[in-house]
Amino acid sequence: MKLIMCAGPPTSGKTTVLRQVARRLLKKGRRLAYLKIDVQFADEDELFRNEFSIPAKKIYSGDLCPDHASVLVLGDAVRWAEQEGADLIVETAGLCLRCAPYIAGSLGIVVLEATSGMNLPRKIGAMLTLADIAVVTKIDLVSQAEREVFRANIMDATRIEVLEADALRGIGIDRLVRRIERAEEVTVPLMLKGSPPVATCTICAGKKNIGWEHHFGVLRKLDSDLFYRGE
Amino acid sequence: MEIRKISILGGYGRGGEKELVDQVDLEMGDLLSIVGPTGSGKTALINDIGLFAAEDTPSRRRVLINDAAPAEEFMDDPARNPIALITQHTGFLSDVTVDIFLDTHARIRKRGNRDAVIADILDFANQLTGEPIITGSSMTELSGGQSRALLIADAVIIGNSPIILLDEIENAGINLTRALEMLRKYEKIFVFVTHDPRITLSSDYRIVMKGGAMQDAITTSPEEKRIGEKVTEMDRIIVGLRDKISSGERMLEKEFRAIMDMTWLT
Repeated sequence: MKLIMCAGPPTSGKTTVLRQVARRLLKKGRRLAYLKIDVQFADEDELFRNEFSIPAKKIYSGDLCPDHASVLVLGDAVRWAEQEGADLIVETAGLCLRCAPYIAGSLGIVVLEATSGMNLPRKIGAMLTLADIAVVTKIDLVSQAEREVFRANIMDATRIEVLEADALRGIGIDRLVRRIERAEEVTVPLMLKGSPPVATCTICAGKKNIGWEHHFGVLRKLDSDLFYRGE
Repeated sequence: MEIRKISILGGYGRGGEKELVDQVDLEMGDLLSIVGPTGSGKTALINDIGLFAAEDTPSRRRVLINDAAPAEEFMDDPARNPIALITQHTGFLSDVTVDIFLDTHARIRKRGNRDAVIADILDFANQLTGEPIITGSSMTELSGGQSRALLIADAVIIGNSPIILLDEIENAGINLTRALEMLRKYEKIFVFVTHDPRITLSSDYRIVMKGGAMQDAITTSPEEKRIGEKVTEMDRIIVGLRDKISSGERMLEKEFRAIMDMTWLT
């Protein structure tokens, strides 16, 4: 089975891209299952279930970092999709811009909007650098010159394939579908492509106090390097 | 790759009806206008050209370059893209300065001597604007007219693209007659989406749009071209009036009557 993992900042168009992709893959006879991971609200699972009649689930990570949550649940999710005889599409929360839990052998898609700042590709780290393809959406909202410079900033940050799309109108999606069709199958044991840059810590776990002296784990002061505090 | 020809193969209108125009071929040096009421699908048509439509856009049109499907490298490598599309967007979103933006664009379009290229662009753009563009200013600070002027100059000089698509440049707040004069010095294919008779009547052909479909393709007659020259003269008068008012002058009826009495207009 293929595992398609889609990450990207909020409102960048992940769901719209995935709907266009799903419509085309289903038409070609592929079976799909869909999992949405979010923090406190998501209705995309209903959207996929109603529109395409495919198995769809969501989980809320609550106080846990959503990408940590996905590391914990994806083993189960892959087995679930396998039982359904389907390829699995995972849409991440898109809230943490640093880590994206791409799995080795999955096809990692990062969705970025052309209207975001020119320096975004330099800011977001692993979500972009560990992806296999960047899909740039909302290309109808910017000039061609800006699109080209934005693309160059992505390529400067990491050497990956960049596709441009107007996902609302389904433009540029066919090339992404061809890329997904070429993607390899995922194999067990499932391993993360890279370590998430934020470790689970007292902040992730919901402690609200401000100031390093209230926390445990890997910490820093205003003028210090990282240090470890704890047992 | 040398571009000789671009073809647009008709698809379907918004209601699903087949377009009345099957195919439009453009060769180097051709000027094409796309006309039709607002909402008739003009912008969608040039977007199809800019995206190298391959039956994968809502219109199901196809675009061919030199009678063949365009190479994928046109889409993957901006340095090889033969088309520059200047949209109606008159604002930039880039949070960088003009010189950094142009320098990056010149680098990915593989232009040598980038300082000279940037100087040329600013020189070109500043001939079309009221207030000049200053290199150190942020892209987001540029006015609508300045943005459009910069994009046109960028397409012609950095892009050096053989095919240039321009969406309603008459609304850009730039000196249109001057822009047309400057653009004609370049041997390229120009496609204008326009409501402006100056542009339409000086084009070689025009496509008439309706309901998302190409209804007709008309060759501009010599008679229409003569009319176009008169229309351009009329425009010079309007621009003259506009410049006087812009610079704070007062209008006199006597002067205006003298203009209106000029017999060559009839």
